[in-house]
Amino acid sequence: MDRTWNNKAWFMVLPVLLLVAFSAVIPLMTVVNYSVQDTFGNNQFFWAGTDWFVKILHSDRFWQALGRNLLFSAIILSIEIPLGILIALNMPKKGIGVPVCLVLMALPLLIPWNVVGTIWQVFGRVDIGLLGFTLKALGFDYNYVNDVFDAWLTLIVMDVWHWTSLVVLLCYAGLVSIPEAYYQAAKIDGASRWAVFRYIQLPKMKRVLLIAFLLRFMDSFMIYTEPFVVTGGGPGNSTTFLSIDLVKMAIGQFDLGPAAAMSLIYFLIILLLSWIFYTVMTSSDEQA
Amino acid sequence: MARINLEHIRHAYGERPKSEADYSLKEVHHEWNDGGAYALLGPSGCGKTTLLNIISGLLQPSEGRILFDGRDVTQLSTQQRNIAQVFQFPVIYDTMTVYDNLAFPLRNRRVPEADVDRRVTEIIDMIGLGGWARKTARGLTADQKQKISLGRGLVRNDVNAILFDEPLTVIDPHMKWILRSQLKKLHRQFGFTMVYVTHDQTEALTFADKVVVMYDGQIVQIGTPAELFERPSHTFVGYFIGSPGMNLLPATIDGNTVALGTDTIALDYSPKVASGAKTELGIRPEFVRLGREGMHVRVNKVEDIGRQKIVRAEFAGKPIAIVLSEDGEIPADPRVTFDPSAINIYADSWRVGREA
Repeated sequence: MDRTWNNKAWFMVLPVLLLVAFSAVIPLMTVVNYSVQDTFGNNQFFWAGTDWFVKILHSDRFWQALGRNLLFSAIILSIEIPLGILIALNMPKKGIGVPVCLVLMALPLLIPWNVVGTIWQVFGRVDIGLLGFTLKALGFDYNYVNDVFDAWLTLIVMDVWHWTSLVVLLCYAGLVSIPEAYYQAAKIDGASRWAVFRYIQLPKMKRVLLIAFLLRFMDSFMIYTEPFVVTGGGPGNSTTFLSIDLVKMAIGQFDLGPAAAMSLIYFLIILLLSWIFYTVMTSSDEQA
Repeated sequence: MARINLEHIRHAYGERPKSEADYSLKEVHHEWNDGGAYALLGPSGCGKTTLLNIISGLLQPSEGRILFDGRDVTQLSTQQRNIAQVFQFPVIYDTMTVYDNLAFPLRNRRVPEADVDRRVTEIIDMIGLGGWARKTARGLTADQKQKISLGRGLVRNDVNAILFDEPLTVIDPHMKWILRSQLKKLHRQFGFTMVYVTHDQTEALTFADKVVVMYDGQIVQIGTPAELFERPSHTFVGYFIGSPGMNLLPATIDGNTVALGTDTIALDYSPKVASGAKTELGIRPEFVRLGREGMHVRVNKVEDIGRQKIVRAEFAGKPIAIVLSEDGEIPADPRVTFDPSAINIYADSWRVGREA
């Protein structure tokens, strides 16, 4: 074979290698380093082995935070996905209404996370916030600072407000790609509104829905900024999600070892879930 | 099964049409007989599909009324009109099986399951997808999908009419012929009123008893295939039907003499032509005789298409096509004569008849 071997080509990969090393590998290895050692300051480290991992996996605090994460994701997905589909179905397909709706839908997505948090933090306050004050004036005993249910309700409504648009936009994109002939054929076939949704719109939206589901699941599972700004994890630990707990542990308590162990476990959970979803996604592609 | 009357139908897609040109469909006033097989023939964008969608109720005409057996259905929905329509590109419900796809129009109308099964089995056999009944429709090829679309159009036997919008475009030629014969058979068997839109003249002429030729938003001629061939009432029909199309030569009419350049032909009647109208003589290539007598032509090219030869020639400065039999000879000094009975005279593109 007349193949030219030139190992200098490997130098081409070097910039990427360096970039990945500094942005991902080295920070990750630092965390790994912390997770197997103990320190009492002064840059003195003692070998701790798997102690921190064992401790984290045996702590109620970790499992409760994980449970809250899963519950939160489940609730917002079960609201945002159907609501998003419903809104997308009712959006206009042509005319001046289209750009108006699209811009309105895109607005919440353009607001930075911490600003969203601040908006709702102020909005929900019972002393000066429009929502909190109104609810109180109407006689509801609403106070997200003291009441666990109210705190969760506020976070969920906030997330729905912030992210349903994403589902709407994805579904809308799926819907407008359906050729007019399908709807005409459905009319000819005498299909009911429900049958049109069930046999035409839903199958055609399946792929975008899967993407919407994945994005919303991953995003809500990593949620940090908004609950941090609105409730700070309270009242008590009731809205302390994994990410918030992690920051508390690492920066608040300066427990670097356990925090490092926890972030590695968190990382592995996300990796596992991503892999599962990736597999689900590609296998459904094969069927199509 | 019904007689369909279109009463002064006009349609414009834009709001508030101002001039005649704003109408995609110019005035159509026509009766489709109960049980007739019609073809709507015309080039793309001539309003065939618009007319079809108006009949099926997918589109509300801007003006005019539609009657089914004398009953006004203009305001009724597609479903209420009980029409079947097959579209140009396959529409299938891809999460359903082939069987369920075909059963869908029946089940939507709450037909008893026993009848559904009988009809669907019959149609599945007809379109040749017997072995696929329990498979999901998703994995099928384009022409199998189109057969399902076709099958869904045929599965209901109580429809007022079946409309076909270029249904065989995606089907391969051999299968096209088979399906068309099956449609024809079905038509004879059940007597559905069928309207078949196509831009393929062979398809139109073989399928239909009556062909409706459309051009630029209006119906230019309705007739049997023979009428369209022998007496095209508009130059467009002459050009569109036949291969090659009709020869059209600018002519000056004076009484019963037609002047073509330096040559003249005497007709056995005097066409009544308004002064100032653009007059043309139309003669099909099949009726031009090439020989040693008559008017001079210059032969440019001869195309051998198997059973016939097509001679491309120049006559009085205009191109003319002549159909010659396979063993026909081209003389050294070629001349042509026109079969007098096959001459049509056109004024401003419309045929001027003997009777006019």
